[in-house]
Amino acid sequence: MTKVLTDARSIRIKGRSFLAVVLSPDLPLDEWLARLDDLASRSAGFFLNRPVVLDVTDLNIDRAQLKELLGAFADRNVAIMGIEGARPSILGQGMPPGLKGGRPVSEEAMAKEPEPAEEPGAAAKRASADVGRPTLQSIIIREPIRSGQSVIFPEGDVTVIGSVASGAEVIAGGSVHIYGALRGRVMAGSVGNASAQIFCRKLEAELLAIDGVYQTAENMAPSLKGQPVQLWLENDMIMAETLV
Amino acid sequence: MGKVIVVTSGKGGVGKTTSSAALGAALAQKGEKVVVVDFDVGLRNLDLVMGAERRVVYDIVNVIQGDAKLPQALIRDKRLETLFLLAASQTRDKDALTPEGVETVITELKRYFDWVICDSPAGIERGATLAMRHADVAVVVTNPEVSSVRDSDRIIGLLDAKTLKAERGERIEKHLLLTRYDPARAERGDMLKVGDVLEILSIPLIGIVPESMDVLRASNIGAPVTLADTSSAPAQAYFDAARRLSGEVLPITIPGEQRGLFGKIFGRKAA
Repeated sequence: MTKVLTDARSIRIKGRSFLAVVLSPDLPLDEWLARLDDLASRSAGFFLNRPVVLDVTDLNIDRAQLKELLGAFADRNVAIMGIEGARPSILGQGMPPGLKGGRPVSEEAMAKEPEPAEEPGAAAKRASADVGRPTLQSIIIREPIRSGQSVIFPEGDVTVIGSVASGAEVIAGGSVHIYGALRGRVMAGSVGNASAQIFCRKLEAELLAIDGVYQTAENMAPSLKGQPVQLWLENDMIMAETLV
Repeated sequence: MGKVIVVTSGKGGVGKTTSSAALGAALAQKGEKVVVVDFDVGLRNLDLVMGAERRVVYDIVNVIQGDAKLPQALIRDKRLETLFLLAASQTRDKDALTPEGVETVITELKRYFDWVICDSPAGIERGATLAMRHADVAVVVTNPEVSSVRDSDRIIGLLDAKTLKAERGERIEKHLLLTRYDPARAERGDMLKVGDVLEILSIPLIGIVPESMDVLRASNIGAPVTLADTSSAPAQAYFDAARRLSGEVLPITIPGEQRGLFGKIFGRKAA
């Protein structure tokens, strides 16, 4: 049976961030592994069911040594989901994928992690609570965003005091507020936040997106053009209403 | 130390070269020492508009490469004692301009001249970024139509990011010069209105130059419009813009909105 593709729904592509533990080994490797074993013996299950990323940026090793190191992790039941900072030449078949663009988590967020010795369960709960409650952050931009410029702020809300020009874009993890005309593109809730909203003084946007659901200028109601508008997501549809 | 002005737009054909020559001649007529520098290496035009094409011996590329000294390459205008031209090379391309070379030339010109006017090539590549690099003031030339306005917006963004002033954390002074403005077409809605352009670009307006045959006529005889016919409407607009550049505060009149009686009498002739 051939399946006829008549479904008009487009595929949604989103960014999403997860909290991963990053291990940065140092040389000599066997001494570092001994320290890891020592930590693991004091905190049973610390690495179980957690995404672990291996950071080899400052580690001068070749492919054979990396393979050996990955083997050592496998022996300890630590699943490496990605390798950061590796030269392409040392990555090979059967190795976890190379990663880039990771950002370090703030010191205090990590500080809670290394001491789960007494109650590993409680620590895990705390960690998941941290993930569930997004840290509230926002930036305010006090000048117009010009054509060709883009503001990317996955951490939270973006407020622009001025206009967003045709050919400019704002990408925010949270809501986007434009105190001026919106003539460019805005993507709110870009890291998977369906409750994000877009607000603007004057809607003339080229493209709007909330949580991966897109709408181009052509599909917007003509009655909204030039109006102060708020937009939100409801059942995977972008809803809009003029602001009074 | 002289002031460095870049005349830029992003889009081609909007009137950068015409405006560079006209503003240069207007400032020079006030007795100030002015040099107009053509950065459009490979597609030079400023020499034609200023009527100096038959006197170009050395150009900016020769100076940068050390084949000629700067005073040898400067061409004095035949009509105005204080107006000079530094031509671009027609046989080379923009790669012949090096950042160090441009810096040396501009630094030296600033020592001798009150105004260094850099006529930028179109685009946002090497030639344009080098022309704006050392500017204190930018004159953004824009036509009242959407593509020109969007390109100008892009250039303003670059002025705030890629000039030396911006990198030092200072603000580069930016002015909008609206050219080829046709009041009748703006009224019919075929062109953007002045208010629309100002709202989109949000930088101060330095002048509105009306669309006029006088501009074409001037460039055909090889004279900046502010020298060819000083009483014409575009020349008057450039004289006012030059005074505003020097810091004078003058009210701006939008062509077509002050017509009234004057327009009724001279309406036909003005077109």
